[in-house]
Amino acid sequence: MSAPVLLLSGVTREHRQGSTVVHALRGVDLAVHPGELVAVMGPSGSGKSTLLHVAGGLDTPTSGQVLVEGTDLASLSATASATIRRRSVGYVFQDLNLLPSLSALENVSLPRELDGIRGRQARGEALEALAEVGVADLADRFPDEMSGGQQQRVAIARALVGPRRLLLADEPTGALDSTTGEEVLRVLRSRCEAGAAGVLVTHEARHAAWADRVVFLRDGVLVDQSGPVAGAESLLSAGGAA
Amino acid sequence: MSIRHGLLALLERGPSHGYQLRAEFDAATGATWPLNVGQVYTTLDRLARDGLVAQDGEPDSDGRIAYQITDEGRREVTSWFASPVTRQGAPRDELAIKLALAVTTPGVDVVSVVQTQRSATMASLQELTRLKTGADDDLAWSLVLDHLLFRAEAEIRWLDHCETRVARAAARRGETPVSPAPTPVAAQTTPAGKRGRR
Repeated sequence: MSAPVLLLSGVTREHRQGSTVVHALRGVDLAVHPGELVAVMGPSGSGKSTLLHVAGGLDTPTSGQVLVEGTDLASLSATASATIRRRSVGYVFQDLNLLPSLSALENVSLPRELDGIRGRQARGEALEALAEVGVADLADRFPDEMSGGQQQRVAIARALVGPRRLLLADEPTGALDSTTGEEVLRVLRSRCEAGAAGVLVTHEARHAAWADRVVFLRDGVLVDQSGPVAGAESLLSAGGAA
Repeated sequence: MSIRHGLLALLERGPSHGYQLRAEFDAATGATWPLNVGQVYTTLDRLARDGLVAQDGEPDSDGRIAYQITDEGRREVTSWFASPVTRQGAPRDELAIKLALAVTTPGVDVVSVVQTQRSATMASLQELTRLKTGADDDLAWSLVLDHLLFRAEAEIRWLDHCETRVARAAARRGETPVSPAPTPVAAQTTPAGKRGRR
């Protein structure tokens, strides 16, 4: 079995609000392997977004460990942690994903140029990443010249350009109509099948259903998880012969 | 329903015998509600008795009888497509009954009843989504899958709603919910192996 790209063990996150302590996460254990898409579901306030922020190093756990590609983020200096974050983790949010003054190609090649890759190679990799999500023909378009669904595809390409293998998505279909949203999830799914590890935060069961595993958060605790059922046939016959 | 109307609709396309009708019915619905040949022939007998279909020629060399639709049968199909499906009363739903009894039976952990169901329904939803990605080119079947998918989704939404209502009711009574501190489950570290995807 390959090593997990993301490993959370005993992760706790407390926020202080005046004299009270809010436990956003309480002892969360979670492993996400290459090729796997995990959805995190829960009502608002259950800790979904905190989980995603902690996983991507945007927030620090009060206790417990977060390992990205085997590296404990807490063991690093702020600079080194920022580097890991930039080189290993890609984010897709509900909106405001792309820089409006850059073309799709420039948006996707930017992280590679920040990695220190030369412009020409960075653009080559960016073009490859755009092709993988089916929008190579939009390389020269600016964000406001693309539909919402196309922008999200570009955002996924940017999140996974180069060697990045961990994709963290927070309601990535939030602003899209259901058909376009489904296309974005298909792309997310296929990028994970191609070897990325994905974490998808959503409150929509229909979206979470694209994942290999769905974990349920309640009050900061991972209470349950569901994987696919054994056989499709058993599922269909469960509907009963009418 | 109407296996009766289903078979009539299929016969409107042309004469056919029982085995063929069963295959066509299953193909359109992805064998979601499979018919057995006995059901098909019993239904055809009744349709013939009611004058909606008639035997089409003599039995073939295998002894199979083909049927064709009558004019009255055609009128029946037209009126079936033109009228809404009515579901009389609320069919008995085990889950709704279980929840209703769970909230009124002392000592039952309602939160965990809800979560157990949500997790199982979510697993069905995942499997349906998977089947759907393989059924893109088959409009009839993918619409049947959508039906099951929307139903599973609705059930999860209802469960979320139940959970909120139960928590609110408990708060009003000044209690904590039956299950105040959910027990964490151990993180399952499943291998990332490719699962059978169609």
